[in-house]
Amino acid sequence: MDRFGPLTPLIGVVGLLVVWQFAYWVEVVDRVLLPSPVAMFAAVWHGMTGGQLLLDFFRTVERTSLSILYAGLIGIPLGIALGSSIPVYRSVEFVVDFFRSTPASAVFPLFLAISGPGDATKIQVATFGASLVILFNVAYGVMNARKTRLQAAQVMGASRLRVLTDVMLFESLPQTFVGLRNGVSLALIIVIVAEMFIGSIDGLGHNVLDNQMLFEMPRMYAAIFVAGALGYGFNLLFLLIERRYVHWSGR
Amino acid sequence: MAEGAPANLLATGTPSPPAGAGEAHITIRGLSKAFGEAVIYDGFDLDIPRGRFVSVFGPNGCGKSTLINLVAGLLEADSGTIRFAGKRLRDTNFGYVFQNYREALFPWMRSIDNIRYPLKFRNIPRAERSERVERLVDRLGVTLDLAKYPYQLSGGQQQLVSIMRSLVIEPEVLFLDEPFSALDYEMTLFMRDQLQALFMDTRTTMVFVSHDLEEAVYLADDVMLLSRGPAEVADYVTVGIPRPRTAATISQADFVRIKAHCLDVFQKTVRGA
Repeated sequence: MDRFGPLTPLIGVVGLLVVWQFAYWVEVVDRVLLPSPVAMFAAVWHGMTGGQLLLDFFRTVERTSLSILYAGLIGIPLGIALGSSIPVYRSVEFVVDFFRSTPASAVFPLFLAISGPGDATKIQVATFGASLVILFNVAYGVMNARKTRLQAAQVMGASRLRVLTDVMLFESLPQTFVGLRNGVSLALIIVIVAEMFIGSIDGLGHNVLDNQMLFEMPRMYAAIFVAGALGYGFNLLFLLIERRYVHWSGR
Repeated sequence: MAEGAPANLLATGTPSPPAGAGEAHITIRGLSKAFGEAVIYDGFDLDIPRGRFVSVFGPNGCGKSTLINLVAGLLEADSGTIRFAGKRLRDTNFGYVFQNYREALFPWMRSIDNIRYPLKFRNIPRAERSERVERLVDRLGVTLDLAKYPYQLSGGQQQLVSIMRSLVIEPEVLFLDEPFSALDYEMTLFMRDQLQALFMDTRTTMVFVSHDLEEAVYLADDVMLLSRGPAEVADYVTVGIPRPRTAATISQADFVRIKAHCLDVFQKTVRGA
């Protein structure tokens, strides 16, 4: 495998495109349902250079970013508060775990009834789902702070508060980033679903569904592709931030 | 049998520091500690003299580490008092070196900041903090790059940083919990000599827990041999061999004799328990 060096990951990509193109040529499925990759990339190019797709892309980025921002602002402080006290954590663990296990899509009607079919509802539901994921991970990270490290700070004279701010916070950072990455993918899923069905006029979810109904298959594939790239991009962004600022993670 | 065991061991030596060992620095009276059913200490008394290097040695699970964790306040005793020349722990300047340096250092800080960290909790002006670290580096003749993060250093270097962190506050007592047991043999030998030089230089009271008898004797002024459940001082052996001790010391008749004696006590202790 070393023969290909840094190009190794591209083998799968090329493989997929070749299989796809081949399937198109031999008409495994109707060409209307499965356009060629060339047609899809043309639609991506067309849509992302000043077309509707670019606008929808930005709307989805905006909603997902706001959701993860709010989710972080709620989930991180609460996670620290819960994680730093075992009795408090134990007392609310079941409730948090229950809501975390509840599919966020199930609470759409509730939030619709409260906030109406606007942008706020989409962001609220995504925030709801993502904040629970973040909260759980942060609390877990704080609780599993290495005991020796806490003791080291303690014997050096750190107060309980200083142990929290100087050690526990840093100790929980790797797990916090796990929470942020899981949270942002959940937020993106919820936002896209909301854009499809909850009175939307824009966003990638709306774009996918719209083109499906118009039977504009290359455009539909293009929107799906962009949504995938967006999810990948968010994950990569958090990974890069983590590697830059949580440089000790896993070492 | 456990209760009676220490009694017949008394014949092998004195179960407390010999008279004239100097002023007691750490005074432990009536110390008791149990973990559930297991009674580790029951009315334990001990004086640790000032300015001496005391190695604590004993069978597994006899409470070697528990002892220094109780004295250093990492564990709470069920009863008993511990005083440092009459003072309580919180009024005492002490350092503690953990066995697991990897988990004891803060990987998000550069080594230099790790060393500087405990100075935050003492009223020391910012400028003097750096000065202190520099002085310590000079005194130890440390050549490693302290701008590196701990995970960029070798195990021995990390433990050295960890020891420096505990020394920067210029402690009156230094506790070391099997500090070299995670290092390879070559590094262990090097670190022993570093620690010995440091002790000769500062004469800080040191309490050193070890599971390696040779190391315990090599470094110590006094070797404290503990028996098991509940722990008693089975023997308190004074090692009068002059410093600096070197690799040649290990094959000297005196050294061999003291080590053999300690081993003898140790084996009786294990069988007794």
